Amino acid sequence: MTRTLKLTGVAAAALVAAGAASAQDVECPIKVGVLHSLSGTMAISETTLKDTMEMLIEKQNEAGGVLGCDLEAVVKDPASDWPLFAEKARELLTTDDVDVIFGSWTSASRKAVLPVIEELNGLFFYPVQYEGEESSKNVFYTGAAPNQQAIPAVDYFLEELGIEKFALLGTDYVYPRTTNNILESYLMDNGIAEEDIFVNYTPFGHSDWSTIVSDVQDLSADGSLVGVISTINGDANVGFYKELAAQGVDAADIPVVAFSVGEEELSGFDTSNLVGHLAAWNYFMSADTPENEEFIAQWHEYIGDDSRVTNDPMEAHYIGFNMWVNAAEEAGTTDVDAVREAMWGQEFPNLTGGTAVMNTNHHLSKPVLIGEIRADGQFDIITQTEEVPGDAWTDFLPESAPLKSDWQELECGMYNTETETCVQIKSNY
Amino acid sequence: MPRVLPIVFALVLCACAALPGTGRAQQDDAASDLQSILQTHAEEVADPGRRTVGAVIDDLVASGLPSAATFLERWADREVYLNTEDGRFYYAEDEGETYALTNIATGEPAGSAPEDAVEEIRPNGGVRRVIGSALVQFQLSDPDPAVRSDALDALARRPNAEQLAPLRNSIEGEQDPAIRARKERLAAILSARFADSTEDRIEAISSLASGLSLEARASLSQILETQQRVAESLPEDANIATELEPGSDALPAAEAYARLVDEGLAPAAQSREEIKAALTANLADGRVGGVPVGQLGTEAGRARAYAALAEAGTVPPLVTDESRAEALASHVFYLEYDEPDPAITDAARTALDEVETRVFLNQMADLGLDALSLASIYFLAAIGLAITFGVMGVINMAHGEFIMMGAYTGYVVQQIIPDYTMSLIVALPLAFAVTFGAGVALERLVIRWLYHRPLETLLATFGISIMLQQLAKNIFGTQARPLTSPGWLDGAWVVNDVIAISNIRIAIFVLALIFLALILFVLNRTRLGLEVRAVTQNPGMAGSMGINPDRINMLTFGLGSGIAGIAGVAIGLYAQVTSEMGANYIVQSFMTVVVGGVGNVWGTLAGATLIGVLQKGIEWFNPSNTLAAQTYMILFVIFFIQFRPKGIVALKGRAAGD
Amino acid sequence: MTRKTFLTENRSIFWFLLALAVFTLVVTVLSTGAGTGAISTSFVKTLGRTLCLMLVAVAMDVVWGYTGILSLGHMAFFGLGGYMIGMWLMYARTEIIVAESLAAAAIPPTPQEIHDAVGTQIFGVVGASEFPAIWFFASSFWAQMALVVLVPGILALVFGWLAFRSRVTGVYLSILTQAMTLALSLYLFQNDSGLRGNNGLSGLQNLPGLDAVPQSLVSIWFFWGSAAALAAGYLLFAWVVSGKMGSVIRGIRDNESRVRFLGYHVESYKLFVFTLTGIVAGIAGALYYPQAGIINPNEIAPIASIYLAVWVAIGGRGRLYGAAIGAGVVSLLSSWFTSGGAPDIPLGFYTIQWTDWWLVLLGVSFVAVTLLAPKGIGGLFDLMGRTHPVMPARVGGYGPDKGARRKSEGEEEK
Repeated sequence: MTRTLKLTGVAAAALVAAGAASAQDVECPIKVGVLHSLSGTMAISETTLKDTMEMLIEKQNEAGGVLGCDLEAVVKDPASDWPLFAEKARELLTTDDVDVIFGSWTSASRKAVLPVIEELNGLFFYPVQYEGEESSKNVFYTGAAPNQQAIPAVDYFLEELGIEKFALLGTDYVYPRTTNNILESYLMDNGIAEEDIFVNYTPFGHSDWSTIVSDVQDLSADGSLVGVISTINGDANVGFYKELAAQGVDAADIPVVAFSVGEEELSGFDTSNLVGHLAAWNYFMSADTPENEEFIAQWHEYIGDDSRVTNDPMEAHYIGFNMWVNAAEEAGTTDVDAVREAMWGQEFPNLTGGTAVMNTNHHLSKPVLIGEIRADGQFDIITQTEEVPGDAWTDFLPESAPLKSDWQELECGMYNTETETCVQIKSNY
Repeated sequence: MPRVLPIVFALVLCACAALPGTGRAQQDDAASDLQSILQTHAEEVADPGRRTVGAVIDDLVASGLPSAATFLERWADREVYLNTEDGRFYYAEDEGETYALTNIATGEPAGSAPEDAVEEIRPNGGVRRVIGSALVQFQLSDPDPAVRSDALDALARRPNAEQLAPLRNSIEGEQDPAIRARKERLAAILSARFADSTEDRIEAISSLASGLSLEARASLSQILETQQRVAESLPEDANIATELEPGSDALPAAEAYARLVDEGLAPAAQSREEIKAALTANLADGRVGGVPVGQLGTEAGRARAYAALAEAGTVPPLVTDESRAEALASHVFYLEYDEPDPAITDAARTALDEVETRVFLNQMADLGLDALSLASIYFLAAIGLAITFGVMGVINMAHGEFIMMGAYTGYVVQQIIPDYTMSLIVALPLAFAVTFGAGVALERLVIRWLYHRPLETLLATFGISIMLQQLAKNIFGTQARPLTSPGWLDGAWVVNDVIAISNIRIAIFVLALIFLALILFVLNRTRLGLEVRAVTQNPGMAGSMGINPDRINMLTFGLGSGIAGIAGVAIGLYAQVTSEMGANYIVQSFMTVVVGGVGNVWGTLAGATLIGVLQKGIEWFNPSNTLAAQTYMILFVIFFIQFRPKGIVALKGRAAGD
Repeated sequence: MTRKTFLTENRSIFWFLLALAVFTLVVTVLSTGAGTGAISTSFVKTLGRTLCLMLVAVAMDVVWGYTGILSLGHMAFFGLGGYMIGMWLMYARTEIIVAESLAAAAIPPTPQEIHDAVGTQIFGVVGASEFPAIWFFASSFWAQMALVVLVPGILALVFGWLAFRSRVTGVYLSILTQAMTLALSLYLFQNDSGLRGNNGLSGLQNLPGLDAVPQSLVSIWFFWGSAAALAAGYLLFAWVVSGKMGSVIRGIRDNESRVRFLGYHVESYKLFVFTLTGIVAGIAGALYYPQAGIINPNEIAPIASIYLAVWVAIGGRGRLYGAAIGAGVVSLLSSWFTSGGAPDIPLGFYTIQWTDWWLVLLGVSFVAVTLLAPKGIGGLFDLMGRTHPVMPARVGGYGPDKGARRKSEGEEEK
């Protein structure tokens, strides 16, 4: 017994020594790339994430940094321009030699960054809910996959609200398109007829919503209960919700569940007329846990404004960043491949309670929350599920159903379980 | 649902501890069995679900307790709390660290409980709807008209057969004429579906034909609900709506065949993948059905291999196009009404057709209103530009940024003056003043040096535009800023269930009219207008008549910019205020001016109307794609310019310039 | 006119080409792919793209500075060229990936299967799997290359014909071209357009079949290609704006009606210039986007074309090298400022961060250039020309306004 103990002790000491040795390989300071738009239409959402990253890095430096090094944020502004995302990512990896990048909001910008990250073997953390159908070796998806946000929300509509007719309204780009595709297929599996699903796409920054809202109201003319699933992104939401309020669309008549509207977006307008409409996320600021309280306090202190809100992608960055720090400490280096392997199975407490786990398909297991808008711009959490593992390839589209991703066992992000072949190692951009 | 778990856990614990044991709880229970009803369903009350909550509500309603209705109401309003310490339900009020509890049965204070021991119960929308319908019978004769009105809303949302009798009974004693009329309408709607005799139903149905409310249409559509069926030949006794022709739009051939397969009336067709899978499964010695694998890289090779396999009986024979056509031809597809009585469905069909014609006309009117509203927004955005561009011949690319400046002025004023009405009254003239000043400054500093170089004005003002946009970003941040409209502009003007338009849009429309009148007045009836027109037509001559062209240009430019500022406040009220909002309007505004005809206010009005109506019209044809509407609208403008290069209202003679 | 006189008459061409050759050589020697590695691959790509922008700016200068048509739509042609090359790049690369993965199955794939799988791969992102009709030629490199020239060319021809025929001129024409590029970008933003809507085409930097070649080498190839295209384009346009053709189009700029009264068919000249520059813009785009790696409809939004005009104006209209220099300087400065390369300036009470203030600076300097130095950066060469007779005199005028020099042809370059 004593001998084993001693042995383990020696082993542990050796490990520590090895860790220390490799830690010395790390070049100080460790650079962390932050790739969020600070201008353009997406700046409304992304600027906050840049601030969040700077706060997390500052806090980590106060706590002693990583592997004995200070962290340094390298911030680039890709200006809501997808090609610029690719260019800035390349700059970060080649000119600035960052060890990890946290960034992007829209899927289009992530798809633009992907080929660069894969080519240069970078490490990228993507914090926003997205449409799935992707699993890159070099990307960790800390936002929700469709089965962690869209599908539970639709289940809620079907089960709890008894909705019979759906209006899928979205901004015209990849996330709403793919999500709506998955949802259409899912709804039809659940017995909703194709003609009972109304789909509409509007451009970014759309402001003239009166006709679309009337169209939606008209859907209930056959006596069905109508629900709206909104994947409207960015500042177009302001006009949309103002029009909903103006036309008196009551949440009891036509509930709207949004996937891109959180506390941050609601701070742009008066929500007293929107009470009862819904949003589905993995985090709400109103979550009642000590971790969340501390996080909010930190945020308010950092930003110097107590009226600023926190939101889901901020939590995703919080979890992603802390996981990366722990993985780097565990790997004893910031080398991309070592950290990537150390990321699998990383656990970190959610701000909403429970523990997030990074799976080998590079998606998190997180709980799903559905909240109703309150008059003060916050959400009342009305349901919260167990942790749901993120599914890279949806089960509800026939061509994706046989696909799975496992970077540990299969070393493949797009593995066809029927033919048992790896369809592709690099992503389909 | 983990959120539920702790509650349930606590409940179980408490139930064990509290229910049989402590005397106080039992005394309360004896005093009122409301709490005990709730306790038997404790789990469901604490976390109700739409499908399961019915049992609790039935028990509560059946108990006949007077406090049950109040409880239901307050339950839906999220005023019921669970005290996890004793597992009982209370009404509670937040008092900071603690909650003040109220007994649900007696309404008397019941002490207080610490914050973390009290759980707010949050019934979701579905449950609230079920509770609402259950409450209808209590509320139909409630003394408060608002409550009666709410009850009718709940009833209209989910009409069911049981509600018909109480509704009819409540009509008699109804004093409020509006509510009484609504009750009668609802009674007709319910009778159409749930009345006992066919005559009553048909009578109710025909009375619905004259309205066009959503509720009436919903009721009629539900009577006319159909199921798609397939059979060898049309059944005699069924109430058939229509027969469907396979291969028509209503029933594409592929769908019809899939239906046959579902019913087991035809074999499933093999997809390309299935054929491939079958071939793979029968691969042996590098050959499939005698065909070498190398030849399977073509459709023809695969067909041969599959045919060979089918011949051998290892796979089902290929479903060919001929066999599919044959299967379709030997079956009939039809829609059958759920309602077995043809008399009722016929009456409902006639009534619905009549309603739908009226609905269509009303929809057109609604679309017209929307188009008018869009036109007035375009007009407001473009009229300032029409003055600077049309009257002065100056291109101001920064016009959109003046709109933005106006909107931000409105936002800043709201930060200082919290009263929305007051702040709007202050913001409108202030926005005019700010952008007037900015316009004058721009004219003095930049534009007057470039009067003879219109293309360079365009570029220089573009420089100003990107500068102003970035400055706004630096000052106000990239977040959309709220510009909240006063309460009296909330809501909408509702003509009927189809025609409605929000008050803000009406206000913008009125604003646009005011500015039209104002500008016409200034240009045609004032000294300034006369001088502006003179300078426009011949600056040199005007100068020699004692008019100072510099001053006039400055004022005209200021006026145009000032109107942009006011347009900014108006647009901010219904859409988002961001640093980029101006850019969204600039190209549209230019096109409005160009289409309308330069140098004429009426032209701008015509241009705005044309573009607004056109855009809404295209949207109506293709409702699921708003972008297409904008694209085709621009294409139209490009072609329009081909035929009327000078716009709708073209100036003639010397004023036309060139 | 012999070739010798063409070059001696326009000595600026020689100096420009010499400068370009030296620049190319220096970058090659310092590059990661073919030299010492002092310049990173991403910067080589930035420089290569800048060369493409310079080429389209030269084309813009011919349209605007020489012919007097302020086109606010030339980036539409540039983008279309990019889309055409992008379609082939995406198709060919995906086809290789798909063929490899399907080859693993027991039964060899049919051509139809490969085609369908490519469709699923490319359009899966936007929730479709069918190839739209416009992808018909995507599998053929040469057809798609021809489309790089044809699509922008035909669009420019049709649009130009419609616009010039109805004598739309001046500001109206500018707005009309702006409407064209807006309509095109809105159309491409739709998923139904078949070019993946807002996502656009991506992964274009990976050349099909050349996975083994590192990007450092690919980048230098494209850099050479862009330099060669710029040189060829510069020569072509220098030839176009010299001689009689050049005199006529400058005449159109200065007074269209007079040229018409002199018996020239003004519309044909304008249409020729408009279409030719549109084609060159398309070629520049086809070289640009494989270096950028992604193209989406935002690239042809009206703002892009306005920036193009800004570059030309800052560089100096009416002289080809001015436009090229303007595009190079402004776009490089722009990426330097926005990437945080410029140091912050602390003012004590406020720190100027250039990422926030660069656009303000650009706007102000742009207004200043328009007002105070309408000759732009190119004007500096005039100043130098006085002390160094070797430097070329300017080749063009700068606008039809009152103070513009209406020079007599043939007397200038003595």
